[in-house]
Amino acid sequence: MPKVKVATIWFSGCSGCHMSFLDLDERLVELAQKVDIVYSPVVDIKEFPDGVDLTLVEGAVGNSEHWELLREIRERTKLLVAFGDCAVTGNVPSMRNPLPREEVLRSVYGEGEVPGLEEGEVPKLLPQALPLSMLVPVDGFIHGCPPPADRIWRFLQRLLAGESPLLVGEDLRFG
Amino acid sequence: MIHLEIDGREVTARPGQTILEVAEEAGVRIPTLCYLSGLSPRGSCRICLVEVANWNGKLVPACATPVQEGMRVVATSPRLTELRRRVLELLFAERNHICAICVSNGHCELQDLACELGLEAVRVPYRFPGLTLDASHGKFVYDPNRCVLCGRCVRACSEVEGAMTWGFSGRGIHTTVEPDLGGPWGSSETCTECGKCVQACPVGALVERGKATAEQEKEPQLLAQITERRPRA
Repeated sequence: MPKVKVATIWFSGCSGCHMSFLDLDERLVELAQKVDIVYSPVVDIKEFPDGVDLTLVEGAVGNSEHWELLREIRERTKLLVAFGDCAVTGNVPSMRNPLPREEVLRSVYGEGEVPGLEEGEVPKLLPQALPLSMLVPVDGFIHGCPPPADRIWRFLQRLLAGESPLLVGEDLRFG
Repeated sequence: MIHLEIDGREVTARPGQTILEVAEEAGVRIPTLCYLSGLSPRGSCRICLVEVANWNGKLVPACATPVQEGMRVVATSPRLTELRRRVLELLFAERNHICAICVSNGHCELQDLACELGLEAVRVPYRFPGLTLDASHGKFVYDPNRCVLCGRCVRACSEVEGAMTWGFSGRGIHTTVEPDLGGPWGSSETCTECGKCVQACPVGALVERGKATAEQEKEPQLLAQITERRPRA
């Protein structure tokens, strides 16, 4: 049986969900027998490949680079999963959303030239940090900040077995 | 005695009881949010909507609808779960509910309902309103970003404490709860600092000062414990 092609990516988030993924510990060995990680912050591949079966997206969509990548990923992935509260609800990155973009940037960088205000070396900050499902169709949601490793494991096992619904009850707890 | 049916089970009730009370006695679970035992029912959140089959499937709030002879109530159905989930989504989208950094994380009725009703993701656009936190009170904090407008604080304050500090202000999407017709809670002339509003609040909108993330546990059952001890009229 060919291995399932899995990608993971990290947008506007803290990497906590990826840390939680690594907390799968010895289960990673079992997972590695069933899947190939074809793109991820934990592997050294620069281009998002074609024909990916499953992509876990951590973080909200906060800047122009995230938005472009998300569209690319959506085209090249069968199943797109919002991985953690930032990707599911906007969570902490969305706390800036009631404030004007420039005010947020200026409060961090002060007067003068501000990275992210316009398109440049640093991607332009979007007016609001948004959850994935507000921008593209999403096939699955893993709640939690971060999602506990056991929850990630239950999700992946049910997904790989083709079962539905993927998560129920306490596994749907935000926060 | 009144005879009615809830989810196909024949039950009897006393006149004046609500559908919710009778369902609870019969062991039928109906989720609630703005309802709190000890306070008058308001029926405003619509989480406890049930169907009355012999009223052409009319939807009524179980907490505020008295039982009637021959009523056939549907309390559990895929349609009701979907409707309740929609209501919940609107509540999540209306304010800024960031569970991960909330003092009530893990002890929140809104969070519990999301699990119970199977909320995967909110399907309506989030509003992200700009609302200011009121930390002017010496004992408590009011964060309107987390308020669900259930009015449990308003009722606890007027019906149980008798202070009438909390009230609704504005209309529709602009509705907020405010102390003393608006103005910092800390300068309220009516607040007795009893904290009943905090215990009644189902979410992290009214909390004790100094609580950090996930530290705020509440005892909303205190309101009923107080009113049950009072002499009946």
